[in-house]
Amino acid sequence: MIDMSNSLSDQLEACFGERITVSDPDRGMVTIQVPVDEWLEVAQTLRDDPRFAFGQLTDLCGVDFLGYGQEEWETSEATSEGFSRGVEGLGPGRFDWKSRPEAGDAEQRFGVVAHLLSHSQNMRLRMATFAADEGLPIVPSLVEIWNSANWYERETFDLFGIIFEGHPDLRRILTDYGFTGHPFRKDFPLIGNVTVRYDEEKGRVVYEPVEIEPRVLVPRVIREDSRYNSDDIDRAADDAGSLASGTE
Amino acid sequence: MAEIRNYTMNFGPQHPAAHGVLRLVLELDGETVVRADPHIGLLHRGTEKLAESKPFNHSIGYMDRMDYVSMMCSEHAYVRAIEQLLGIEPPKRAQYIRTMFDEITRIGNHMLWIGSSGIDLGAMTVFLYAFREREQTIDMYEAVSGTRMHANYYRPGGVYRDLPDTMPKYEETPWTKGKKLKQRNEWREGSLLDFIEAFARDFPSKVDEYETLLTENRIWKQRTVGIGVLSPERALQLGCTGPMLRGSGIEWDLRKKQPYAAYDEMDFDIPVGVNGDCYDRYLVRVEEMRQSARIILQCVDWLRANPGRVMLKNFKVIPPTREEMKDDMEALIHHFKLFTEGYSVPKGQTYAAVEAPKGEFGCYLVSDGANKPFRVHLRAPGFAHLSAMNELASGHMLADVVALMGTLDIVFGEVDR
Repeated sequence: MIDMSNSLSDQLEACFGERITVSDPDRGMVTIQVPVDEWLEVAQTLRDDPRFAFGQLTDLCGVDFLGYGQEEWETSEATSEGFSRGVEGLGPGRFDWKSRPEAGDAEQRFGVVAHLLSHSQNMRLRMATFAADEGLPIVPSLVEIWNSANWYERETFDLFGIIFEGHPDLRRILTDYGFTGHPFRKDFPLIGNVTVRYDEEKGRVVYEPVEIEPRVLVPRVIREDSRYNSDDIDRAADDAGSLASGTE
Repeated sequence: MAEIRNYTMNFGPQHPAAHGVLRLVLELDGETVVRADPHIGLLHRGTEKLAESKPFNHSIGYMDRMDYVSMMCSEHAYVRAIEQLLGIEPPKRAQYIRTMFDEITRIGNHMLWIGSSGIDLGAMTVFLYAFREREQTIDMYEAVSGTRMHANYYRPGGVYRDLPDTMPKYEETPWTKGKKLKQRNEWREGSLLDFIEAFARDFPSKVDEYETLLTENRIWKQRTVGIGVLSPERALQLGCTGPMLRGSGIEWDLRKKQPYAAYDEMDFDIPVGVNGDCYDRYLVRVEEMRQSARIILQCVDWLRANPGRVMLKNFKVIPPTREEMKDDMEALIHHFKLFTEGYSVPKGQTYAAVEAPKGEFGCYLVSDGANKPFRVHLRAPGFAHLSAMNELASGHMLADVVALMGTLDIVFGEVDR
């Protein structure tokens, strides 16, 4: 790819100014953080302005930032009893419905990330926003601007419960008919809620509470130590471009 | 006179032409489709959520099960995303091996596609022909990874192992012996590379055979010409990529436009359609098979001449060999940590896309610095293509829905994820 990302971020800043946050190109792609009430206008400009001409929305997905940067295993400090055990975390997949982590009042929990592609300029752009209200996250729908957003937004609604205002047909798409909950939220257990099987006696398919135990064996651990100081892995890449920098 | 109303009909969830588990609710006016509403998710396994609970490397095997007829391409996108976050670059030999196997995968995928959409539209022979050659590509998978389908062969930092020096041979059976056995093992006397080269040299003649059966076939043309016409503007709007986009006349191929692996050193052409109908997309895919064979031959030549490492030597990410582990304490520690905990990936986010046989397969990866991904999102080409189904099918006859399913090249592993 021709690296046009530097000039792209300049142009974005020139065009939108204070309205959006433009990150430096990180791994070849610029990310813009857009306030949710500017979401549609910015998208419209990105599609129609010949400087950008992002004619295609290749991808759109949700991100649940609950528990971002949390680890399950305290490895940097030891107490008189030794190191903590790595078996007691509540990270992804390690809880059932009853013991699920509290959502609390996590701010900026639900993000929506769209990846745009400009065929004429041969460049990509990542466009991200946070839904305002964590209880009822609402983001305007991009369907009118890029039709391909239709199913991606349905999927994001299904899996994360993010409502897309103005979407023509916001139904569940991937989960079962009559499913409750939004399975990709971080406080939804990996083992799920219900199991389904065919009941001989009743002669139909029945739903029952899930019986299996959460079984994730490797603790989630964040290593900030010298392991990545080697020349091969350059940790210098700063987090400025990270979408999550707003949540830290 | 009785009132005539549209009626709705289920196509699937179990229909031989649905290519998997698709329930397509069709609203019909007589035999004309008024509205098509695909109900997907019957194969939803929550791969992206599963990946969040596992160290990075454990999910490579899940990627094979995304698009389960082009396994290594899905792996490639995921592995590339991890590599971008880690900031590592695999050795050149690994890049060539990946390029070669991506193209072998493309041939395998298109062969399944040409066979199954042929059989959907009533052309039985092409199915048998295509599966004859597809078997060879699966044998290549098996020789290099030990498994016929779900290879789990790519790793961040390279590929799992180098190409083998021998190719497994057919054994004697009461039905295959003597001259016949010798003939079947003709290509298999040397190394895997010899086998791949023999295959790639012979393959264009096999494509000629498929074309003899289909390209000028009156029935095939009646079923595909002018069916499912997609204008370039609509194709872009609907998120079409790969042959779906090229069939509509847009010259866009990630292998050329945003090259990865060793594609920038390859000499090949991008076929482009004119009318954007099913027939043009067929022609595009057929030509892609020929171009893939060309790329494979270039890779074979390079790989013959340039032996070397296929994995980085970096114990922080790639486990040491057994020999190193046995006499080096550091290597032992690294081995232990890698297999109990995995490697932590620096904070950040990335999007890595590859030109999979069906279109752009992308992997959006968010890491918070842990040994497990924070969020993985897989951008499957089939998902976007199937969402165009309503627009494509509306106004066509019921029988054309089958042709459209074929031309979309749908695989539900990636649509439902």
